[in-house]
Amino acid sequence: MPATTARGALPRLLAGLSGGSLADLEQHLDVHGPLPPARELPGGQIIDLVERAGLRGRGGAGFPTARKLRAVHAGRRAPVVVANGCESEPLSDKDSLLVRELPHLVLDGAAAAARAVGAPRVIVALKGSAKADREAIEWAIEQRRKAKQDDVEFSLFAASEGFLSGQETSLVSQIGGGDARPTFIPPRVTDRGVQGRPTLVQNVETLAQLALIARHGPEWYREVGTDAEPGAALITLAGAVAVPGVYEIAYGTPLRDVLGAADGNESEIAGILIGGYFGSWLPSSVVSRLDLSQRSLREHGASFGCGVVVALPRSACAVAETVRIAAYLADQSADQCGPCIHGTAAIADALYAIEQGNAPRHVFADLQRWTLELPGRGACHHPNGVAHFVATALQTFASQFDDHARHGPCDGCASASAIGSPGRRG
Amino acid sequence: MKIRCNPIKCEAHGMCAELFPEWIRLDDWGYPIIKDESIPRSLEVHARRAANACPTLALELEDE
Repeated sequence: MPATTARGALPRLLAGLSGGSLADLEQHLDVHGPLPPARELPGGQIIDLVERAGLRGRGGAGFPTARKLRAVHAGRRAPVVVANGCESEPLSDKDSLLVRELPHLVLDGAAAAARAVGAPRVIVALKGSAKADREAIEWAIEQRRKAKQDDVEFSLFAASEGFLSGQETSLVSQIGGGDARPTFIPPRVTDRGVQGRPTLVQNVETLAQLALIARHGPEWYREVGTDAEPGAALITLAGAVAVPGVYEIAYGTPLRDVLGAADGNESEIAGILIGGYFGSWLPSSVVSRLDLSQRSLREHGASFGCGVVVALPRSACAVAETVRIAAYLADQSADQCGPCIHGTAAIADALYAIEQGNAPRHVFADLQRWTLELPGRGACHHPNGVAHFVATALQTFASQFDDHARHGPCDGCASASAIGSPGRRG
Repeated sequence: MKIRCNPIKCEAHGMCAELFPEWIRLDDWGYPIIKDESIPRSLEVHARRAANACPTLALELEDE
């Protein structure tokens, strides 16, 4: 990525990275300076700054952060802040990178968010299996305790493993001792969440951005990005690039520049998956036309999601990759809403039958109907995500699906996933 | 008024589509697909009947 854009300098969030090691409190303060104390920057003012910055949530949904802060702040009982570092999307690594290597930036943001909504406590939620993440945060919390850095109480929560574990209502349910399953809305967690209290569940990157907005203000934040979509974001690049990993980019950065920074060879790319498993497959022809802004992505029927960008190499089979991910997602349904249980399983089975060349004639009509009927019919957005992902695959790789339906598996079908997908057909 | 299904409660009994076919049809597995539009006043009585008949009380009427 270019270190400097036209109007501002990057990296911001990643400025404190030091070659894979964990930044301690002193290093963190050297890079970013301290968070202004409450007497200089009261909670209400933080919400105003966030609003003027135009910060949106980085967990995938892109909800305006200030609106969420206000909703939680408006509740009658003392609220709770949940810093969501579960990062369920298998292809994403940006949240874990922040937690592992820059935990103080995340905790700063959580402390600022707690001040903004008037919450006395912050729960940091991480996947139970994420050992390095947990150790980094525990260590950072202890450092802050000794330095009397915060007026909030931090605690850790080990979330369960599944894809839906980090979903907002599912996470709140787990923290309350319940199942790792989404719940029906209403109530919203901003009204009634942990212990029935108004609860702010905020992705850890969002909190890290908030930590810097609280220091430098909205004008600084808007120095990069576009007027409509200000700021920078973390993305995870995977697939046919020489240097996969997490990058910090300004919104509106051309996709070609993003791939170039990771030494991706455009002629080697068969398609692009943007937004992760709930994202969109786009043809490689978009590389020269697309930029990483919601406006540009929408024109192509895609959205930024959690910032995953995967370049599918030409050597890979797009059908097999789609089958793997669809099977994984069907398996990850919370098994509580009928349309999701049956619909995602039927879609995954139909795609597998196409790959194997033994699908019935009406398979494409079935898939079209299911992907149209599924969105909006679960308690959470899982069915929407699956339907959109599959519909864009069928559209982008129409001829490959057609070939498989007629002739069965291709040479690439037997290979392991080219994009590091954990999805396996069991 | 709108009608909405709590998909966690719904068990695909299908009564709703029988009582209120103007607004509700069933998918391939018997779960309701509901029009996301305001129900005309003349049909509200059918919406109420469908909601009351649901064995799992999965249908919710929402005033707008």
